[in-house]
Amino acid sequence: MKHVIIIGGGMAAARACINLRSHDFQGEITLISEEQHLPYDRPPLSKASLIAEDEPQPIWLLEPDIVKSLQVDAHLGVAVCKIDRIAKQVILADDSELPYGKLLIATGAKPRSLGPHVLTLRDYRDALELRKRFKLGQKIVIVGGGFIGLELASSASKLGCKVTVIEAQQRILLRGVPERIAKIIHDRHVAASVELLLSTVIEAITANAVKLQDGREIEADTIIAGIGASPEVRLAQEAGLVIDNGIACNEYMQTSDPDIYAAGDCCSFIHTQFDGRRVRLEAWRSAQEQSATAIANMLGETKAHSAVPWFWSDQYELGLQITGFADMGPVTVERHLSEQALILFHLAADGRVLGASGIGPGNSIARDIKLAEMMIAKSLKPSMQALVDPSVPLKSLLRG
Amino acid sequence: MAEKPLCKLLYVAQIDENGTLPSTPNNMRENMSNWIEASTTDGVNNEDVLRFDYGGKTFAIFRSPDDKFYATDGLCTHEKVHLCDGLVMGHIIECPKHNGRFDYTTGKAQGAPCILNLRTYAVKIEAHKVLINLE
Repeated sequence: MKHVIIIGGGMAAARACINLRSHDFQGEITLISEEQHLPYDRPPLSKASLIAEDEPQPIWLLEPDIVKSLQVDAHLGVAVCKIDRIAKQVILADDSELPYGKLLIATGAKPRSLGPHVLTLRDYRDALELRKRFKLGQKIVIVGGGFIGLELASSASKLGCKVTVIEAQQRILLRGVPERIAKIIHDRHVAASVELLLSTVIEAITANAVKLQDGREIEADTIIAGIGASPEVRLAQEAGLVIDNGIACNEYMQTSDPDIYAAGDCCSFIHTQFDGRRVRLEAWRSAQEQSATAIANMLGETKAHSAVPWFWSDQYELGLQITGFADMGPVTVERHLSEQALILFHLAADGRVLGASGIGPGNSIARDIKLAEMMIAKSLKPSMQALVDPSVPLKSLLRG
Repeated sequence: MAEKPLCKLLYVAQIDENGTLPSTPNNMRENMSNWIEASTTDGVNNEDVLRFDYGGKTFAIFRSPDDKFYATDGLCTHEKVHLCDGLVMGHIIECPKHNGRFDYTTGKAQGAPCILNLRTYAVKIEAHKVLINLE
């Protein structure tokens, strides 16, 4: 194989370039991204990039000199029109045709839209636009009480905006975060004077107001949607690849075409660690890990993806971290690290740790979440008494 | 327990191309070294890390599974997060924020998302005190 093409410009794409060369791949690497920039880090866009006093610069995942040293041919600001699987080439918007030996699709996801009056956050330009609007006294209405919406609410509130979050469900963070922890985050937003409207249905959205079904009207200088993202599957779908909640991959991150792999937000895959469950993970570290699995297999290894999922969210001074699958365990036990720091372990009926969710100031729960992740990876069944007792170091359970 | 410096600083005579000594003679260097007590040996658990703040800077003091002590800058090179909240596994410290990893014995970054290495400092143990050299 002489030529690998990577479509996309996020974490999975950036890591693919690095991983190809660290596996001593000697052939050509071409990276094609619709964005004008080389791959950069997205998590700060809802947080530090908005709060920083000076206009933030993108934090590069691949700096220009690294791209050069990796000998990556980067096509930026250009869209891929088509993947021609018969001729094994991709056709770009400028009509150029690039042949591939293997292809990695890492096209990410795009935020669901609520129409012309509503902003979304995905890229650096979006963050710059929000920066202009997050000014003292501005009325910011956020639709959706998920991670993006709540992180934006936290940032806008810190900057002195008047923030309202509208959530259709009966609580925030319904998907993937246990109620116990969602409540702590809820209360923190309330303490910051963010108005949280739950079980609230929107009737209409105009340029400067959100009309609710119950007749209320919420005035807004800026309206933002944080109602989830759809996997970017168009190219794969038009090329006839199997789609199943994203580009469908097997446990090797290989699509239904053996020469085409996918990684990151755009794809779903079989997770061997969790009873062969098909998952799509919109998470920063998972994108790195999926990309590493895809590249290893592309280069001839047979490595099923087994990395335990992990993600974080920062709101105010609180750090949330979740590893594994919080929703899979029927049994939950609580470990109180301090008055403010709490970890929930989600156990299977047989006592196996399947997930852990933690919240606390700063990074107070990070260590124990990491140890929980290692327990999940090893399918350990620690004693419940030890898990709830903060005087028993989790490290000791890992060894036992 | 080790009772001598674990990572001795070596002062190699450097004479420049013109044959002159560097502005600070090497025999003066030892006097410039700045050994600071960071902790007692009992203050750091085995296979663990302790935060140490001094002179407006923050450091991380490590005790390895084989009871050797090491010191590095206290903040992750990725996003300046305190490493002391992270997990020590063998000779690796993992950043609590984004899981970047470093070998704390050498400071070497161990992959995504960290690219820059951590600065390390010489350590010596005297009378159950952990001293680090901030020269």
